[in-house]
Amino acid sequence: MIDPDTGWRLSPRVSVRPERFGALLYHFGTRQLSFLKDRTLLDLVTALADAPNAVAACDAVGIPDTDRARYLRALETLAASRMIEERAA
Amino acid sequence: MTLMLESTTSGPRPAAPVATKLIDHFERGLDAPICLTWELTYACNLSCVHCLSSSGRRDPRELTTDECKAVIDELERMQVFYVNIGGGEPTVRSDFWELLDYATTHHVGVKFSTNGVKITPEKAALLAANDYVDVQISLDGATAEVNDDIRGPRSYETAMTAMRNLRDAGMKNFKLSVVCTRTNIPQLDEFKAIADEFGAQLRLTRLRPSGRGADVWDELHPTREQQRELYDWLLGHADEVLTGDSFFHLSAYGESLPGLNLCGAGRVVCLIDPIGDVYACPFAIHDDFLAGNVRMPGGFATVWRESELFLQLREPQTGGACSSCAFFDTCKGGCMAAKFFTGLPLDGPDPECVQGYGEELLAARNDPGSAPRPSGDHSHRTSPPRPRTSAPVPIVLRRRDDIEAAPVSACAASPLAGFTPPAA
Repeated sequence: MIDPDTGWRLSPRVSVRPERFGALLYHFGTRQLSFLKDRTLLDLVTALADAPNAVAACDAVGIPDTDRARYLRALETLAASRMIEERAA
Repeated sequence: MTLMLESTTSGPRPAAPVATKLIDHFERGLDAPICLTWELTYACNLSCVHCLSSSGRRDPRELTTDECKAVIDELERMQVFYVNIGGGEPTVRSDFWELLDYATTHHVGVKFSTNGVKITPEKAALLAANDYVDVQISLDGATAEVNDDIRGPRSYETAMTAMRNLRDAGMKNFKLSVVCTRTNIPQLDEFKAIADEFGAQLRLTRLRPSGRGADVWDELHPTREQQRELYDWLLGHADEVLTGDSFFHLSAYGESLPGLNLCGAGRVVCLIDPIGDVYACPFAIHDDFLAGNVRMPGGFATVWRESELFLQLREPQTGGACSSCAFFDTCKGGCMAAKFFTGLPLDGPDPECVQGYGEELLAARNDPGSAPRPSGDHSHRTSPPRPRTSAPVPIVLRRRDDIEAAPVSACAASPLAGFTPPAA
């Protein structure tokens, strides 16, 4: 599980391309493609860099408490594939 | 063609709260390709017998440096993640390094394929320093004997030198790219060892009957037993070997191979050839798969978004003769280009269908010689031409009937040779 209380950001080596269904992500280091299946998740990923932590980023883009767990799980998947990374404190 | 996305274990991983199938979006096509193949030139120092683009000589209509940069600008606007640059041998273009630099500074990643001829220690250092470049060295035999038979004399040595230079420059994880043939399938473990030696990653792809490959496909494509051997080997090395998703027809053996298992032609990938022609896939250089040209008004984006051919490829495809097969969901009928250039119907089985349906159709063809030929041939015409077949060529030596004596040099000949004085 990712730590929801630390700051995160999109890896600087990742390119994001918005799509009708969400977005595609490409990591130039791992050369892996990943995708975001809805625009809210894209907003969340984009909001990470300016929020003090992952939970605050959820609030910033208006994700209701009931949906928070699955969005945090999505972030976990992205962290595992190095698409997002912890910001140095 | 197959989706030229490199994936090892699982391909794109969804980070998604809602369950939708990404592959459905891909099948309907995207507003811009994820990546595309761009053959920069038809010029090549080699004459590989299986060259998918029949390369050799430069085409005088080749895109200029400025035109290439305009294409890169357009790819940047469309947010294409990266281009697979090939040829021909792309590095023989004098502006190659300039274009490479231009693309990567404009946020278009570059992966290029080379036989290694220009990968000097200096160039290797330059490549190692660029985070947005990946290099693929082509090698089709783990020994000089097997490789040079396909790629030409001393090409093994050239590739090994290039890989040594890349390793010594600190380039990590570049690719060793192998087209799997009847002669090199027994060498899979040796290829892996070579890749490991140079800190490279092994990439195996499928031999297609495209370009000059059409001339040698019958004798070089893997036998049925070898296909099984290859499939087992790929499953055993799923985490370590890239395939460009090129073997999805083998998934009909049972377990799906890693990757998307989808033909991405015109949907998420395409080819731009050296003169700017846009084809659905790099293995289908034929008028039937020509969508337009980047020099047309509207450029590449309009071709990608509006060409009739691409819109048609994004329609739901019917399985035709394959739709009743239990494995259709895994193999999707295989490779369009492989079917096309072996003269098989596009809505039927792949010529290498692992269930054997392709072989039956190949055997039943009335006239195999009438299969479509690739458009355009840029093969070297200089002597000695590369033999297109490894079969012995019968030669008969004899004297010409119309010459009575062997010719001699002018000095050696009598000044009166052949002169018969008129009768007095």
